[in-house]
Amino acid sequence: MQAGIAALPKRGSLIRARENRAGWLLAAPAILGFLLFVLGPMIASLWYSFTNLSISGKWSFVGLANYQNMFSGVDIYFYHALGVTAQYVAMSVPLKIAYAFLLAMLLNQPVRGKSIFRTIFYLPTIVPGVAISMIWMWLLNPDLGLVNELLRAAGLPVSKWIYAKESVIPSLSFMSIWTTGTITVVFLAGLQDIPRHLYEATSLDGGGAWSRFRHVTVPLMTPTIFFNLCTTLIGSFQVFAEAYIMTGGGPDNASLFYVFYLYREAFTYTRMGSACAIAWVLFMIIMAVTVLVFKTSDRWVFYEGGR
Amino acid sequence: MVTTVKTARISKAAAIARTRKTAWSVCVYALLLVGAAFSLLPLYWLARSSLMSMSQIFRLPPIWIPSPPRWSNYTKAFSVVPFGRYYLNSGLIVLGTVSGTVITSSLCAYAFARLRWKGRDTIFACLIASMMLPFAVTMIPLFVGWSRLGFSNTYVPLILPAWFGGGAYNIFLLRQFYMTIPRELDESAFVDGAGYFTIYTRILMPLTRPALIVVGIFAFMGSWNDFLGPLIYLSSSSKYTVSLGLRMFQGMYNAEWHLMMAASAAALLPVIVVYFIGQRYFIEGIALTGIKG
Repeated sequence: MQAGIAALPKRGSLIRARENRAGWLLAAPAILGFLLFVLGPMIASLWYSFTNLSISGKWSFVGLANYQNMFSGVDIYFYHALGVTAQYVAMSVPLKIAYAFLLAMLLNQPVRGKSIFRTIFYLPTIVPGVAISMIWMWLLNPDLGLVNELLRAAGLPVSKWIYAKESVIPSLSFMSIWTTGTITVVFLAGLQDIPRHLYEATSLDGGGAWSRFRHVTVPLMTPTIFFNLCTTLIGSFQVFAEAYIMTGGGPDNASLFYVFYLYREAFTYTRMGSACAIAWVLFMIIMAVTVLVFKTSDRWVFYEGGR
Repeated sequence: MVTTVKTARISKAAAIARTRKTAWSVCVYALLLVGAAFSLLPLYWLARSSLMSMSQIFRLPPIWIPSPPRWSNYTKAFSVVPFGRYYLNSGLIVLGTVSGTVITSSLCAYAFARLRWKGRDTIFACLIASMMLPFAVTMIPLFVGWSRLGFSNTYVPLILPAWFGGGAYNIFLLRQFYMTIPRELDESAFVDGAGYFTIYTRILMPLTRPALIVVGIFAFMGSWNDFLGPLIYLSSSSKYTVSLGLRMFQGMYNAEWHLMMAASAAALLPVIVVYFIGQRYFIEGIALTGIKG
């Protein structure tokens, strides 16, 4: 009896030690992966950003020179790429969120064939980036593309789309709403989570469809909107393949997105050190924007059960 | 008298409510159809253009249905650029990536969801935070590192990282799934003397098959659609993936839209097939990430 009681905690701690070991062992791939492919490269990248490392491997320490070149305007493309990207983010993010929200609201109505519509709305999102670019280059072709053809048939003015300086960013932003499937599905899941009784309560209080939308749907959806806003913002800052394939950054650098500018610095001009500085500035900008969104979230994101 | 007026008024109100409801659902269906058209039309136009001759494609007003469909565009596209080879290359990378991701991400997710070990929550927080890190930050050191190790122009940089946890996103997703399975199941197995690995293979893995399928599909799409990775690492054209091959094709035949559309459609086909096979699991999987996010 006495021995049994004494043995118990010891056995418990043995199990705990075993569990601890098993946990580390099973999670080892992720931990190693984090160290080797995230943390290590991050530190290396920060270090490289203070050197003039070239693709051949030659380097020397240059201090803050890379950053100075960017901010002082010696590198004439830094502010330009930043502006182009900011313009794209400012246009495409609200468009994508609004369009996805509308689709999700529609799918949340009692309609037939809901799963078919959902499948169709998601479909463009799985298309490989290169194929998306090809399809839209063809659709937006000024002379033979379907879009201008439809506009002509409707008697509306046509555009040069991605082939003109003024219209390239709006065109790419518009195109980005085609692949809004993930946001739509996340919104739909959020909408389906709203308890029915809240809508019924609003109806009993004499509220119509608008007040149900305004006082139930919107407040309860703010956490989902917040989530989608953060992920879409982070994604939009990193747009690359479309510009690389469709416009080559043109016309006249009008679609020189930030990551494209970085890619060019690293792999065309082989200035790895300076490219790392460019990457770190992007990281800081994304962090700053995300923190800003988080800071404002207190004011507009509604958490059930308070915080 | 009074009652008949009342019923008439009620039925009139009901009729108004009914028409309003009908009008609303007509609106909803109309918008849904517009949305569906916007999603499908570009894909239809791709298929349509891929089955036409050069002269048909340039005709105005455009022809909507290719007749007769020119399947030879596909054989032509596959013969001018070795797309067969690129399919094999992409297939190889996808196979390595998907198996690595499914195996290691589920093992790691099990450790994060079920086992208690020191530092677990801190490490998990680090993994989640790493999702915010732009790929651009790690891209250059990774490129430099792989090149120093002599692995540039091989598939190693594209496959091997998948065997190290398969990405934070997938671990997060699977962890969410594992949390929904009652703990009593593995505890009773543990009492019966099963080890942690056995619990994983015998209990959790069979129960979470749909989740593993989701992760597998995500990994498939990510790897098949990846452009920047192969663009950086693969230099000899015999090693190109389908995406890179398509890009090269565009550089060579940029005026021959019918062939470019055929090549694009062929690049798209595998993902469409996988999507339709697994779409039920797939969409549920995406929904799950948002709810807890």
